[in-house]
Amino acid sequence: MMTQKIEAAGARALVYTGTLFTVTILLGVVGYILIKGIPNLSLNLFAWEYSTENVSLMPALINTILMTLLSLIFAAPLGIFAAIYLAEYAKRGNKLVKLVRITAETLSGIPSIIYGLFGLLFFVTALGLGMSLLAGALTLSIMILPLIMRTTEEALIAVPVEYREGSFGLGAGRLRTVFKVVMPSAIPGILAGIILAIGRIVGETAALIYTAGTVAKVPDSLLDSTRTLSVHMYSLASEGLYTDQAYATAAVLLVIVVGINALSAYIAKRIAGRSYG
Amino acid sequence: MTDGKKVKSYKNQILSSSEKGVAFATLTPLYGMNSKKLKEGAATAVFALAACVSILAVALICIFLFANGIPGMSKIGILNFITGTAWKPGNNIFGIMPMILGSIYVTAGALIIGVPAGILTAMFLSRFASASRVRILQPAVALLAGIPSVVYGFFGLIVIVPAIREVFGGSGTSMLAASILLGIMILPTIITISESALNAAPQSYYEGALALGATHERAVFKIILPAAKSGVTASIILGVGRAIGEAMAVMMVAGNQARLPEGIFKGVRTLTSNIVMEMGYAADLHREALIATAVVLFVFILIINMLFSVLNRRVKS
Repeated sequence: MMTQKIEAAGARALVYTGTLFTVTILLGVVGYILIKGIPNLSLNLFAWEYSTENVSLMPALINTILMTLLSLIFAAPLGIFAAIYLAEYAKRGNKLVKLVRITAETLSGIPSIIYGLFGLLFFVTALGLGMSLLAGALTLSIMILPLIMRTTEEALIAVPVEYREGSFGLGAGRLRTVFKVVMPSAIPGILAGIILAIGRIVGETAALIYTAGTVAKVPDSLLDSTRTLSVHMYSLASEGLYTDQAYATAAVLLVIVVGINALSAYIAKRIAGRSYG
Repeated sequence: MTDGKKVKSYKNQILSSSEKGVAFATLTPLYGMNSKKLKEGAATAVFALAACVSILAVALICIFLFANGIPGMSKIGILNFITGTAWKPGNNIFGIMPMILGSIYVTAGALIIGVPAGILTAMFLSRFASASRVRILQPAVALLAGIPSVVYGFFGLIVIVPAIREVFGGSGTSMLAASILLGIMILPTIITISESALNAAPQSYYEGALALGATHERAVFKIILPAAKSGVTASIILGVGRAIGEAMAVMMVAGNQARLPEGIFKGVRTLTSNIVMEMGYAADLHREALIATAVVLFVFILIINMLFSVLNRRVKS
């Protein structure tokens, strides 16, 4: 009896220690970045122009928004249509569906540096886009495609089959049923997935340095090189000249990405709590 | 359209919808049939084409990586390339053994740090924590997963590297720094997947153990954890994939010397950082050798993904 009690206490202590380790690290990383970063924030960091005297993050922030929008223009329709096919059209045991699932799974496991290298070989060199906003966005759109496909498909599958039956029963075709009945109910889930994809785009570095380049200026055209906030952060940190500004930029980046992810989680949670019917 | 054909097309529609588990047939009005069918057909084609994009993407990635990497690899000699221990682009010597070992050592180090902490945290979340603690901890773990890798890299550069320099001497940028940082970065992956595996373990196992007189702790460690073994293993494999594929954060703290790893306090270069560091200025055979490095990394990742999906399927069935 006694040894059993000691054993149980030991096991419990082990579990608590492991959890404490995780929590400490979490608070350590987030706390350190915020505490060091926030006091270094200044209006100069948000000036319109970047220069070596004032390493403003504003151009990079604008580029990040442009990059995000452009990537979503490519990836969101493709991902949503692909998910509609998988969830609403494809028959069970279809060979094509199997292949689509396997390749989407493969895509989601590929590291971002491989995407970056592929983007360099294909979009930048073979298609002749050069290091540009467009090449970077195309590379990222492939990277986030499986994420949008998966979250959209889950959202579509969660819509009760009775909705479709009712729609078919009233004489609507499949296409009309998908867009007028199924999609409106699935919108929050799809949105949560897209916001998650935005978080990935904003946090991405390795896939962008050789596809979009590192020019710290708002581009004049789609074919100009740009740096996003993450790439900007990397440049500041590796140059090692602007430590204070790097702290501040890290804090801004952290807050943006964490905020985006929290928004996505919030929307996803509201759907989970909602009952159809 | 003859009546016979109409009946047939109805039959097809009924068949295809019932195959999807939809019991009702589509009772389309008889008029406007053709334009509607055309629309439906076009939509189906568009959706199917969109689904094929991921197939196209994987095909293009494979073709472009292999077509650009294999020629360089064969020029160097595949065996020379993979087992060569010297990487001297200036002398046209390209051996990536140091980087392969660097990636493996750093990943192993990350597992030593991330796996125990990750599994224990997952056990806490799944079997020890109160509902209110889970409500706080779960979003916190998700937050850890969302932090961009440059921010992790920066944290490593300003906290972990100086700490190692203080305590153990040397420059601080080292295998140890990279392992610690990657260990932190794979924590959320291991926690979330292990937790769902532990949650999925049958409750009857746990109750049976308690009925036989086991303590809560013993039931969790000896019965639930083994029952969730496949899922926990899958989480570790996914963690390995993340650690091997991570580029920026590792590059910022690992030192990146292209030589065989000499110890945990010395710098190492991984496959990923080899590509990021030199791709910017490489040309000719050097450039091909870097793409070939990516091919090796890609093959590693494909093997890891395959292992993961095999295990995942076992968990689901």
